[in-house]
Amino acid sequence: MTKTIAEINEKIRRGQAVVVTAEEVIEIAEREGVDKAARHIDVVTTGTFGPMCSSGAYLNLGHSKPRIKIGGGKAYLNDVPVYTGIAAVDVYIGVTALPDDDPRNRIPPGHFNYGGGHVIEELVAGKDIKLRVQAYGTDCYPRRELETWINLADINEAVLFNIRNAYQNYDVGVNLSDRALYTYMGVLKPNLGNANYSTSGQLSPLLNDPYYKTIGIGTKIFLGGGIGFVAWHGTQHNPDVLRGDNGVPRGPAGTLAVIGDLKQMKPQYLVGTSMLGYGCTMTVGIGVPIPILSEQILRYTAVKDEEIIAPVIDYAEAYPQGKSDILAELSYSELKSGEIEVLGKRVPTASLSSYSKAKEIAHILKEWIQKGEFLLTEPVAALPGVESGITFKHLKERPVEKAR
Amino acid sequence: MVISHRIVLRFPRSLVDQPIVCRLIKDYNLEFNILKASVTPKEEGLLVLELSGERKDYEKGMRYLAEVGVETQPLSQDVIRNEARCTHCGACVVICPTKALALDPLTRRVDFYDDKCIACELCVLACPPRAMEVRF
Repeated sequence: MTKTIAEINEKIRRGQAVVVTAEEVIEIAEREGVDKAARHIDVVTTGTFGPMCSSGAYLNLGHSKPRIKIGGGKAYLNDVPVYTGIAAVDVYIGVTALPDDDPRNRIPPGHFNYGGGHVIEELVAGKDIKLRVQAYGTDCYPRRELETWINLADINEAVLFNIRNAYQNYDVGVNLSDRALYTYMGVLKPNLGNANYSTSGQLSPLLNDPYYKTIGIGTKIFLGGGIGFVAWHGTQHNPDVLRGDNGVPRGPAGTLAVIGDLKQMKPQYLVGTSMLGYGCTMTVGIGVPIPILSEQILRYTAVKDEEIIAPVIDYAEAYPQGKSDILAELSYSELKSGEIEVLGKRVPTASLSSYSKAKEIAHILKEWIQKGEFLLTEPVAALPGVESGITFKHLKERPVEKAR
Repeated sequence: MVISHRIVLRFPRSLVDQPIVCRLIKDYNLEFNILKASVTPKEEGLLVLELSGERKDYEKGMRYLAEVGVETQPLSQDVIRNEARCTHCGACVVICPTKALALDPLTRRVDFYDDKCIACELCVLACPPRAMEVRF
């Protein structure tokens, strides 16, 4: 059996496409068998909703009169610094950016109550944001200072452009030391006090398409409550890792770079997030549709939590020192049971990624497709696969000789 | 009938140096467990107690507190979850010491049982979207 995306789109247009979520397909494949399920299911929708630090948005603010060249100067949105090293009134705001006067970890653990992710959430919510600029002044851009309120509705472009999202599998963080750790994996209590994980498992986009057979550059997706696209493979995309018999990576592997118009997104799917003692970030909602082009693709989407294995890593020693020691390998069904066993100790688990929100996203995308509002796209190029030769590099440090 | 409640006591400045809890316990035959105690910069006292005893004794004890000028209120009114901000990730469930925040295994949503909350405030900063608000 083979189907094409054009054929599936024709069914979507007629309102006849059979669409199920990556959770629902598990039971259908078990009941009917993969071959039968693949014949009548057209699309499987996935979802994920977790903190994703390599996210941000570029904005074109519009030209003031007289003109000001923000490029090369300094600019702040609600006191959070934005990147200005581009043209006159383009800026990029990253979700981990912090106000200059934030005390950070001076008195650890720092609280990190407000940063770039919070600015994006408020911007999308339609709130007025304070823009402050210091520029150096030129003949054609004479103005040197600017302070004004801006609003998403009034600026030219506002585009979410996240260079690494939707990690295909991830570590489980634990703490073997005798003091609390404040990490991007949340608060890790001493002596294996808890274990934190962060993917939506059987609902996660790239875990349902482990070899990137359908998700590619140009794939149309649910992004932040609106529509977005896969722009490229994400940074640190690392396809050539150890995989299970089902093709699913046994640790962090592929990633996506995604892009979409911020003006049609919703604040409940772009949530400013504070990681105690670590920093600010943004929790991003993403849903990717997977066209069922063959039995093999349906088999991939039928992957379930017990078949997805994640490595348990010590964030006291192994992670900060860049060692690759794995304490245990556990399935998502074990992680989601609320308690796991590590080094002979029962350890309670917690998630940083919201499964209930991921499910909500998969259902919203399913509805969009069922109603004929969302057509699938043919990828214009594939993501680099196992054969691409991409390897994950650590920084190669070389001594810099001091000038005499 | 024995009853048990978690209550917040606020002592005005004039009462901070008096042995009110001692009299509450001895004269009204109540048992207590201190969950939290602090003196604010304005020198008002704040005490969170789990107080238990016979219903009659408990009611008399509460009347005594009102007569001497100690304000009381149930603890649950002070710990609030901002439902619009909670994303139900579940980061809080391993931080909460009393399982007042717990993940429902079926819905995968976090339930907040405010009757189990002791207002330790550990969840407030551990919550990534900052959905927990404690108001004393």
